[in-house]
Amino acid sequence: MANDLARWQFATTTIYHFFFVPVTIGLAFLVATLQTVWYRTGNPDHKRLTRFFGTLLLINVAIGVVTGLVQEFQFGMNWSTYSRFVGGVFGAPLAMEGILAFFLESTFLGLWLFGWDRLPKLVHLGCIWAVSLGTMLSAMFILMANSWMQHPVGYKINRQGQAVLTNMWALIVNPTFVWGYAHVLLAGLVTGCLVMLAVSAWYLRKRDHVELFHRTAKLSLIVLIPTIVIQLSVGNQLGVIEARYQPMKIAAAEAQWTNCKPCSFSAFQIGGGHNDETPTEIIPIPHLLSILATNTFNGAVTGLNQLQSEYQKYGPGNYVPDVFIQYWSIRVMAYLASAILLLALWGGWLLHRNRLRDSRLFLFLCICAVVTPFIMNTAGWLLTESGRQPWIVQGLQKTINANSPSVSVTEIWISLTVFVLSYIVLAWADLVLMLRYSRRGMEHADEEAAEPVPGAAPSLTY
Amino acid sequence: MQLHTIWFVIIAVLWVGFFVLEGFDFGVGALHRIIGKNEIGRRVCMNTIGPWWDGNEVWLIVAGASMFAAFPGWYATMFSALYLALVLLLVALFGRGVSFEWRGKREDPRWLAGWSWALTIGSILIPLLVGVALGDLLHGLPIDSQHEFTGNFFSLLTGYGLMTGVTLLVLSLLHGATFLALRTTGEIRERAHSVARSIGLIAVLVNLAWCVWTLVVIGGGTVPQPTQIFGVIAVIFAWRLATTDNDAWAFVASGFGIAAAIGQLFIALYPNVMVSSTNHAFNLTVNNSAAGHYGLVVMTVVAVLFFPIVLLYQGWSFHVFRKRVSAPPTSSA
Repeated sequence: MANDLARWQFATTTIYHFFFVPVTIGLAFLVATLQTVWYRTGNPDHKRLTRFFGTLLLINVAIGVVTGLVQEFQFGMNWSTYSRFVGGVFGAPLAMEGILAFFLESTFLGLWLFGWDRLPKLVHLGCIWAVSLGTMLSAMFILMANSWMQHPVGYKINRQGQAVLTNMWALIVNPTFVWGYAHVLLAGLVTGCLVMLAVSAWYLRKRDHVELFHRTAKLSLIVLIPTIVIQLSVGNQLGVIEARYQPMKIAAAEAQWTNCKPCSFSAFQIGGGHNDETPTEIIPIPHLLSILATNTFNGAVTGLNQLQSEYQKYGPGNYVPDVFIQYWSIRVMAYLASAILLLALWGGWLLHRNRLRDSRLFLFLCICAVVTPFIMNTAGWLLTESGRQPWIVQGLQKTINANSPSVSVTEIWISLTVFVLSYIVLAWADLVLMLRYSRRGMEHADEEAAEPVPGAAPSLTY
Repeated sequence: MQLHTIWFVIIAVLWVGFFVLEGFDFGVGALHRIIGKNEIGRRVCMNTIGPWWDGNEVWLIVAGASMFAAFPGWYATMFSALYLALVLLLVALFGRGVSFEWRGKREDPRWLAGWSWALTIGSILIPLLVGVALGDLLHGLPIDSQHEFTGNFFSLLTGYGLMTGVTLLVLSLLHGATFLALRTTGEIRERAHSVARSIGLIAVLVNLAWCVWTLVVIGGGTVPQPTQIFGVIAVIFAWRLATTDNDAWAFVASGFGIAAAIGQLFIALYPNVMVSSTNHAFNLTVNNSAAGHYGLVVMTVVAVLFFPIVLLYQGWSFHVFRKRVSAPPTSSA
């Protein structure tokens, strides 16, 4: 019970945290890009846009930072057995994240926010790029730590039964990390682009500040089109890597109970949960699973049943992750990403014909599309983390054995309730601010972007 | 010196850095309603720490992550033992963390007052709770031979732990008041001076009592540590200087006072990292809770290469925004 509750708490707080992280990664990069254009062209429109989207970024960073604190504390609070076991390896990237990424991000964000009229323009531009770099470094170290849980490398087990680091380089070149990190960075960019696109589309559709927001609609589409194309193939490659090191994860994602060669991919299926090994497949596409899982036309995929019997070497138990979650999370991600690709291509064509501002249907769809990255990001993490079960560290420690023995069920009920209530309040306030600011923020941004009167005291930022 | 001792020192330095820097942020947050008095004054107070508070808070995150990486056993036992206290700490960090960025984005008086109170309460709770946690490390908590905590929430409320929390809160308030006196002008500065004067006296007395209690807890007899003597003198200086125009020196003195407080805790703790009140044989020490040698080497290299750079750019940020903050003459919001 304590273990289940601790898992619910971790899942809830992590999914929530990851609503904000990709927005920060994506928007920080796009805001830095806007400011670079302003720096190079001197066009005041770009300064206004930088301030406008910069404020949206700041509102998001605040909530991303505080919800990230929970993650850092929670390993020790709820998963002390895990922390004791892995700290010597898993803790190292977290400490490096603090020293290399968090200091950079927070210090330069302060310099950027308060330095508008105090720093030379080039230095000030450097500050927002340092923030963007900080967000990307932070994701890098977190993915390095997380990938070690998926595919542990560069460690040995010492006499006390704890994992200790033996090769830092192995963590850096861990294939799960390399591809997982690329996937998350691109997901951040896609998220940032879709947020920027939706806000721009909202203004364009209202025919308000049209010239201004046509620029950001264009920028987000120009970044989005190549990013989503690359993302689809990186995601595919990540699937191949996972099929190699965590075959259960991919077999479950296809609800593939029996071995197959070549393997087909079902567009939909009915049934196929834990006790249903004969689901009704709808629209099976021959060879597609072989290609996705092995990069070859006729590749073999080992089924869940055989893997389950092989895994008995770890001791008796059920080693099959939740098939329903796996099957649908990979599909939600792939289908939505394909839909976004089509939307982006349509946008590119409209841009080319210079009709972007006139297509009300396209702009409407862009506004709706703002929810999709959040669904895809969540689905991606569900696929990754639920697919690792029953392991907390693949092959080394099971989740069931990893929680804190000294923390009672009552205590976790209290903390879970407190976190959920706090997060509801934070989400409400964040949403109110984001929507209000998206709608009316341009006037604020114009005030902020106005050149300061010489000799006057600078206005208060907070 | 052995690597795990070096990492104990690094972690102690990170905690000292956290309280010297974030200590004044807590003081400013807790006092901004009183010293700021009206909306503009409160905003001036918040803006004095505006560019820095987030970077200052990272010292806490890095301290925690370093404990995880260098002493997994310490991190695991401490964070699971302090469970409910940390939940409360996190809620305080939520409210305070978002209040800076969110507060001024709407003019609704209830919105402003709500986030202002979140900032005040958070800034009071955090040093108090962290103080209880650090005091408990030294005082001892019920910990068994497997290094598992065997108590409950109420076992955390040790007299010495609570006193440590109160001491760190009072020192943070003094540090915040001397900081505001240094960073503002006019009426706000005068109010900061008068608050620093009254808190200063309380801080001198509380700090002295707490130092004596520390001696009792560690069984140190009647001979105080040099750090303790230094700390007591520094706090007295901060109190006396707060009545003069030497804003910078008063701030330096309160900074040294808070640094000495954290410093003496960690000096008294070594070579333990967490004392067991059940049996001293079950104490967590730098030896029995440390990570492997190679891991510590890698982290030492990273810290030696990059920490000086961090200090440089954080120092530069303090230099950039060194001017006093005052209200814009025309502002009406």
